[in-house]
Amino acid sequence: MPIKKVMKANEAAAWAAKLAKPKVIAAFPITPSTLVPEKISEFVANGELDAEFVKVESEHSAISACVGASAAGVRTFTATASQGLALMHEILFIAAGMRLPIVIAIGNRALSAPINIWNDWQDTISERDTGWLQFYAENNQEALDLILIAFKVAEDERVLLPAMVGFDAFILTHTVEPVEIPDQELVDEFLGEYVPKHAYLDPAKPITQGALGFPAHYMEARYGVWEANEAAKKVIDEAFAEFEKRFGRKYQKIEEYRTEDADIIFVTMGSLAGTLKEYVDHLREKGLKVGAAKITVYRPFPVEEVRELAKKAKVLALLEKNVTFSVGGALFQDFSRALINESEKPKIVDFILGLGGRDVTFKDLDEALAIAQKALNGEKVEEVNWIGLRKEIL
Amino acid sequence: MAVRKPPVTTREYWAPGHAACAGCGCATALRLATKAFSEVMEEKYGDPDAFAIAHATGCMEVVSAVFPYTAWKAPWIHVAFENAAAVASGIEAAWKKLGKKGKILAIGGDGGTADIGMQALSGMLERWHNVVYLMYDNEAYMNTGIQRSSSTPYGAWTTTSPPGKYSIGEDKPKKWVALIAAAHQIPYVATASIGNPFDFIRKMKKAAKVDGPAFVQVQCTCPTGWKSPLEKGVEIARLAIETGVWPLFEIENGDIWNIKIQAPGGGAKVKRKDGRVVAIEFKKPIEEYLKLQGRFKHLFKQPEAIDQLREQIKTMWKALGVEVTLPKPGE
Ligand SMILES: Cc1ncc(C[n+]2csc(CCOP(=O)(O)OP(=O)(O)O)c2C)c(N)n1
Ligand code: SF4
Repeated sequence: MPIKKVMKANEAAAWAAKLAKPKVIAAFPITPSTLVPEKISEFVANGELDAEFVKVESEHSAISACVGASAAGVRTFTATASQGLALMHEILFIAAGMRLPIVIAIGNRALSAPINIWNDWQDTISERDTGWLQFYAENNQEALDLILIAFKVAEDERVLLPAMVGFDAFILTHTVEPVEIPDQELVDEFLGEYVPKHAYLDPAKPITQGALGFPAHYMEARYGVWEANEAAKKVIDEAFAEFEKRFGRKYQKIEEYRTEDADIIFVTMGSLAGTLKEYVDHLREKGLKVGAAKITVYRPFPVEEVRELAKKAKVLALLEKNVTFSVGGALFQDFSRALINESEKPKIVDFILGLGGRDVTFKDLDEALAIAQKALNGEKVEEVNWIGLRKEIL
Repeated sequence: MAVRKPPVTTREYWAPGHAACAGCGCATALRLATKAFSEVMEEKYGDPDAFAIAHATGCMEVVSAVFPYTAWKAPWIHVAFENAAAVASGIEAAWKKLGKKGKILAIGGDGGTADIGMQALSGMLERWHNVVYLMYDNEAYMNTGIQRSSSTPYGAWTTTSPPGKYSIGEDKPKKWVALIAAAHQIPYVATASIGNPFDFIRKMKKAAKVDGPAFVQVQCTCPTGWKSPLEKGVEIARLAIETGVWPLFEIENGDIWNIKIQAPGGGAKVKRKDGRVVAIEFKKPIEEYLKLQGRFKHLFKQPEAIDQLREQIKTMWKALGVEVTLPKPGE
């Protein structure tokens, strides 16, 4: 029987790791994710998780050790955030290029400067071009579930890509919620024993990994990562379906909420989706035709689903906790790409908000709504809008 | 007829066909190192192939693994410039969990070890991974075109330490990475040279036998970066030993107060006390070593710079607990 426990997303991530039974974990503490390696150390110390815990001296070494271990043919896991993920940046490309199905749990946190330990998504968004799969959790249950799903997809023969699962700093990492811990046997059946699907370091079959790729070969390797990202779309759907069958919780790349007959659909990711659903309820009570959509899978980017979503609204209002300078948010770029050649498309208005842990309140959302409504009425509005700026200190 | 056993196995792990420059001393070092390593694997695990290599970015990495070819007859992985030690840590952890018998060899150049990789190396040694780390020391970043590293000796020309009106070439003394490694009090630390291949083989075997971390720093010549004759690599490396420029020593069982200095040869007079080398009177001046290399050519116009280098070498030996006499030419 699955048990329910009240826990933080960090603990949920550690539980997911425990259930997935990685053989090697290498991690380095960073707020807000520190509790993940701490909790895993406890599991290892108590014999509840039979794994090697490599207590590395930096995040760069954490991901490097994961690459080594994964290349040696075992399931591996790590956790980090913000500056830690940035320090891993170089190796993230290598892990993807080598097609190693490592999974990282990320407590999504803002990047310096100024130093800030609170939530936004800039850390993982900045790694969107590394080739890694990216999932974003709305709540602690999703943090646990998506990590299991991430392993499943990453290790699939058709994919073989590393994956990161983000959950918002403090809003989730340090907030307790009831989380259902699935049965170990069911997880074992879902994930299966890890068997490396491709080449790995073995004296009986010596191979070379990480060779120099001349112009004659490099592009094909990158294309391989592209193809695997494409292939992951289907594999993710299958994994979601299987997960639902086994555990009863439903996931979709884009989850829609009251989008039927909506004029305006707000789109966001992570825990903000929770706030947004409430906000939509509140607007619907007032008779406004507004819906919400949550991006659960950000890489591979669900282009088809975005096109379907776009058919349902006259205005898409994107709520983003990240910035791509001169462009707006990253989603704005991605949505533009998905819709540019569609014959009928909604207006897209972009909102940047909640950076560095600034609360996103109904008042902020009202501000965004007012702009979206203007767009709906055919008035000209700014394409990119910063919401909740304290103009008095600018 | 009696057949003499070769000093090291005839098995090859570093295959011909790699793309190193003609006369590359580092290629020789890796070939010998992997042979010696495999002998111990055979002894220890009954399988000469029971090892894997984690390699840092650098000359020896790019020349050996140009897709779709490889010079490696062992499982081998290259991840990045600074992290061979961390990658090796991960492989070792995985093998431990898999119950796989064998040992990991990490390889890095002086840049990948003494500079950018220092942190990962220190972490690996301190965590006591069962890994031998081999630093092949060609005393500069060769792969990127001969830039100085912290292991570049005083006075040497490199592209980032060019001699000029206001520059003598590299202006800092060489960093002693072996002593930094020894400060971790690990089971085995040694310096070696391709100028004494038998000693190098012996040390690689010793390092491989240890349970726990070991560190070997081998000086190896780079005709391209040192501007030296292709065929004189071993001779130059031997001169480094015989003139006092390159000390050979071992530090065992974490006993950093017990540095075992080896006699240099080349006519040097060695004074021992309680079996330990306490003084060496070198007979060959360091100029004999320097003059074979274009990277030191400019020093001969400024003999005080060579004297400065001599003083630094004395200081280094003093740190090793040995008083040395370093003659000037003609003395
Ligand atoms: C993070 C990073 N910075 C810089 C480089 C470029 N780079 C590749 S190899 C190298 C120098 C290698 O020098 P060393 O370790 O001494 O080995 P050698 O080439 O001399 O064999 C440099 C600077 C890199 N690959 N990665
Ligand atoms: S540049 Fe030097 S170290 Fe590099 S391959 Fe050539 S000789 Fe060897």
